[in-house]
Amino acid sequence: MSAKVDIEFTVNGAVRQVSVPADMSALDMLRDQLDLKGAKEACGEGECGACTIIVDDASVCSCLMYAADCDGRTIETIEGVQTVDGLDPIQQAFVDQGAVQCGYCTPGMVMQAKHMLAKNPNPTEGDIQRGLEGNVCRCTGYRKIFDAVAEAARS
Amino acid sequence: MSNIENYLAPSSIEDAAAALAAGPATIVAGGTDLMLQTGSGQKTYAPTLINIQKITEMRGISKDGDTIRIGALTTITDLLTDAIIAEHLPVLATMADKFASDQIRNASSIGGNICNASPAGDSIVPMLMYKAEVVLVASTGTRKVPLNEFFTGPGKSVIQENELLIGVDIAVPPAGFKGGFGKFGPRPALEIAMASVSVGGVVKDGVISDVRVAFGAVAPTPIRSAETEVALEGKKLDEETISAAGEVASSSVNPITDVRASDWYRRHLIRVMTEEILNDVS
Repeated sequence: MSAKVDIEFTVNGAVRQVSVPADMSALDMLRDQLDLKGAKEACGEGECGACTIIVDDASVCSCLMYAADCDGRTIETIEGVQTVDGLDPIQQAFVDQGAVQCGYCTPGMVMQAKHMLAKNPNPTEGDIQRGLEGNVCRCTGYRKIFDAVAEAARS
Repeated sequence: MSNIENYLAPSSIEDAAAALAAGPATIVAGGTDLMLQTGSGQKTYAPTLINIQKITEMRGISKDGDTIRIGALTTITDLLTDAIIAEHLPVLATMADKFASDQIRNASSIGGNICNASPAGDSIVPMLMYKAEVVLVASTGTRKVPLNEFFTGPGKSVIQENELLIGVDIAVPPAGFKGGFGKFGPRPALEIAMASVSVGGVVKDGVISDVRVAFGAVAPTPIRSAETEVALEGKKLDEETISAAGEVASSSVNPITDVRASDWYRRHLIRVMTEEILNDVS
């Protein structure tokens, strides 16, 4: 068995303390220990973006991040995006544009779009495509996803 | 099943060097390569896992006189946005723009990309062109190794078990220096290069000098191409020179055929990208 590491970090505004195996991924920790099942594992190799979370203002693939490395950091997952006032404008745009098919890629797409729009509030179509190049939609519904992100940027 | 007995997250280079001196350890920075390689069984953990991400003195880009230090924990995203890089080492920003995806650029460290020692490592090729030196620290002392003497084979380098790569030093290129980087794969994002090229030199009155040429994914390690450099040094950058340099570049490499590309296609890419960069800087 791998050594255990005690970590403390902020996830979606709440401070959490957990004990994780040293070799565990942040994705497995979020899903299996904190029951935050929004981030998905698809490729498990950083190629698809379904596990995208935001760590200290940067989007990363949580499948390639060590859970132990979450110590002291501020993390946002898809579960933290919705507010008491309702859906985040990006989520609402995905609904309005019909940008969800099977939905497996959607949490990662929304988190990456959120990171991209935070860095670049007025993206061109090309910026949107570049920003989402690390996210794969196996339903290939990219057109509506790009339109949703453009709508979110306008709103 | 992993065999990690101890996990350490030191906050200083000194503490990390002491931990490395104590016994075999695996170092993790961004984790984007290590998590994959351990997950696939390609690599096994040493008894101690040392996470170096809390060593803030190893993060960021600074300029001291004519030397630029890129801390090992500097991310690929940092290279895209840093003012010192944009002014003095813009080919590193060009490279960063072609590196993986946003999520991977945000996590991957420059030190990790070097220590992973992939023959196709994107950041290594322009750093070879810029004549970077790596800075290795052990509890017994510090040494600098020119990057073109650092790699010994795929995944292998001269770094010792008790050493930590804390950064790379690059001398500010001379006035009039121009360079470029090219990488080819089936799609722009998230590709391991079939081949990559970086060329640089001082271009004055149409003549190129202080020429440096580096290639990736065409040898067991990223390489400098002395033959191509000689073919260009002191020459006028006209169609004839550029075409001849492309020919030399292509015939100077002896790449393998693998799942990503055949040997002849890699040689073709080396020629085309070398000529493209030379046309851009001429």
